[in-house]
Parts: sequence; structure tokens; C-alpha cells
Amino acid sequence: MRAHYGYADGSGEYYITIDTDKCDGCGRCESACPASIFEVIKDDYDDLKAAVKKEYAKRLSFSCFGYDKKCSQEETNCHSVCEGDAISHSW
Amino acid sequence: MITLGVDIGSLTGKAVIFRDHEILAWDIILTGPDSMETGKTVTENVLNKAGLKLEDMEFIVSTGYGRIVIPFAHKNISEISCHAKGAHYFFPTARTILDMGGQDCKAIRCDENGKVTDFVMNDKCAAGAGRSMGIMADFLNVPLEQMGELSLQAAGDGVPISSMCVVFARSEVISYLREGVSKSEVLAGACEALASRVRGLLTRVGIQNDFIISGGIAKNPGVVKRLEQKLNTAANICFEPQIVGALGAAIFGKELAEKRNKKRSETQ
Repeated sequence: MRAHYGYADGSGEYYITIDTDKCDGCGRCESACPASIFEVIKDDYDDLKAAVKKEYAKRLSFSCFGYDKKCSQEETNCHSVCEGDAISHSW
Repeated sequence: MITLGVDIGSLTGKAVIFRDHEILAWDIILTGPDSMETGKTVTENVLNKAGLKLEDMEFIVSTGYGRIVIPFAHKNISEISCHAKGAHYFFPTARTILDMGGQDCKAIRCDENGKVTDFVMNDKCAAGAGRSMGIMADFLNVPLEQMGELSLQAAGDGVPISSMCVVFARSEVISYLREGVSKSEVLAGACEALASRVRGLLTRVGIQNDFIISGGIAKNPGVVKRLEQKLNTAANICFEPQIVGALGAAIFGKELAEKRNKKRSETQ
């Protein structure tokens, strides 16, 4: 399942997509994110999967710095630590 | 096998009793400030309708915002999975689901088994949800059930309502009314604004030919017709679009009970 967290507003599209079929619930994204927006939760089928914390999903453009603009320049980020390549950003 | 699904939403509480492959009874009530009480009341109502007792339910699944406060539920499942499951029951060929309730709006894509493959949810603000229609209807003194029909009396798209926020949109509406714009033109503008906002969400998950609208907004032909025009496809709507989530929960209950019974018989 591709879970799209975020929204589009007047300033652009802010979505983080987590492909839960590729996620093994390892939790490395939790510590890799400087803003700590990820958490590993039990999904509806009782599997452990990464998700964007509820309180951040509503204000994603203010919580996450964005992959293209900021985190892609860092050595480690949520994309680089994810072995299954489950996380993607729209900005 | 008889199972119960309880869906406690932001505005209404729904319950469905599911037996084998059919809906036995359903009920919808307004959610009070106490979600647990709402859950109990709607369950009592639906049990009375079916002439059954709580003990007759083999498995109970709760869903919706208030799903964690239902004390008698065996499991709680997110409304996203439940809506996909319920929609798949009504229209097995459909793959795209739009559910718009009082407080949020979800676009879901599912596979041939009713399992979610894509979802996006707008719960950021009420402008993209049914509540905005409720506020407009109240403000214009039009019953919510009639606003869709009334909006269709206007020619074209009505007056443009550009504000992303319901509070600002209301001020926009006030100025239109003071300029002498008719109610139907204003309502057409409100429905149009909502439909275009929702289209953005649907594009995110990808629109396929057969699509379903569930939730209270499916009862508003003003939004449904405009959305159909924008997407260039007809929407499937079941006889009671508000119970889709509760029905999905009841179907999940059936599957979980079958799994549990199978495990039990294997260990014996």
C-alpha cells in the first residue's frame, strides 16, 4: 500500500509517500529524520510499518524540510537509510 | 455467522450487522460529545432493529475517529481499510473510492480483493470536507439535503469561491449575497470549489474508470454531478453511502472470526 501523507495548499504539494509493501518496519527512518516525523506503528493487518506521525501530517510543509531542498544534501536521510526504498517526497 | 461493525465518525455514528453475505440491519445517529455513549446507543438501535443481542455477535470491529473508545469491540481497524472493504462489497469492480465525511476526505485505491493499495487523506481543514457544505447550508438557511439540487438550478459553475478556508469563504459568500447574487449561484460556487479540491486528492491516488463515492457528500448531487463532469466518469453510489465504513468493519469482523475459528479448530 502506498500511503500518501500530507496535502496540497496554495504554495504547493507536500506529500511523503510510504510504500508499506517495501517497508519492513526497521525504524531507521525514525532516527534519521532531524524533525522526528516518522514512527513505526502496527497496521490493520498487525504488521509493523513506518508512518508519518499524525500530528505532523497536517503541517508537513512546516515540519519536514523537504527532500529536494534540504535532506538530499545530507549524508544520511530518511531515503538513504531505507533499504527497501520505501520513502519518497513530492518536494 | 453474524458480525457487527461500528463506525464513530466526527458527525455521525453508524452501525451495521452483517450476516453471512448480507446486511441484516443498519443505523445512523448523530455523534454527541461522548463517543462511547454514541457507540453504545447506535449499537443498541441496530440490535433492536435486527431483534438480536450483543452476545449474538460473533465478532465486533470498530472504526472511525472514535474507534478506540468502543469498549465491546474485539478489534479496531482504520477507517481507510474499512471503507475500501465496504465499497468493494457494493461495487466489486470499482477500484477508486472517494469518502467524504463531516471532518475529512479520503481518496482510496484498492485491488480486486478490496485491499487498499493507495490512500490519501485530507483532515487538515474543514474546507475540503462535508462540514463546509453544512456551514454554507446553515448560513444560507437551506436544508443540507436540498442544497445540492438548488445548486444545480444555477447556470454553469456559479460564482467563484476562491478562499481555501471555510471561515474566509463565508465572508466571500456574504459579499456575493450583498451584491444580489442568487442563493443557487452561491451554492453552485461552493459545490464547484469543493469538487475541484477533491479532484486534486483523487489525482494523487490515480482515478480509474469505475469509482465510488461514499460518506455524506454522496447525498449531495451538486457536488457529485460536478465531480462526474470533471472526471468525465459516472460515480457509483450505494443505497446508503454513510454506512460503507461500518459495513467494511463488519466484513473485517467476519474475516477475522473465520481466521480465529480456523486456528481454534486446528489446535483442537
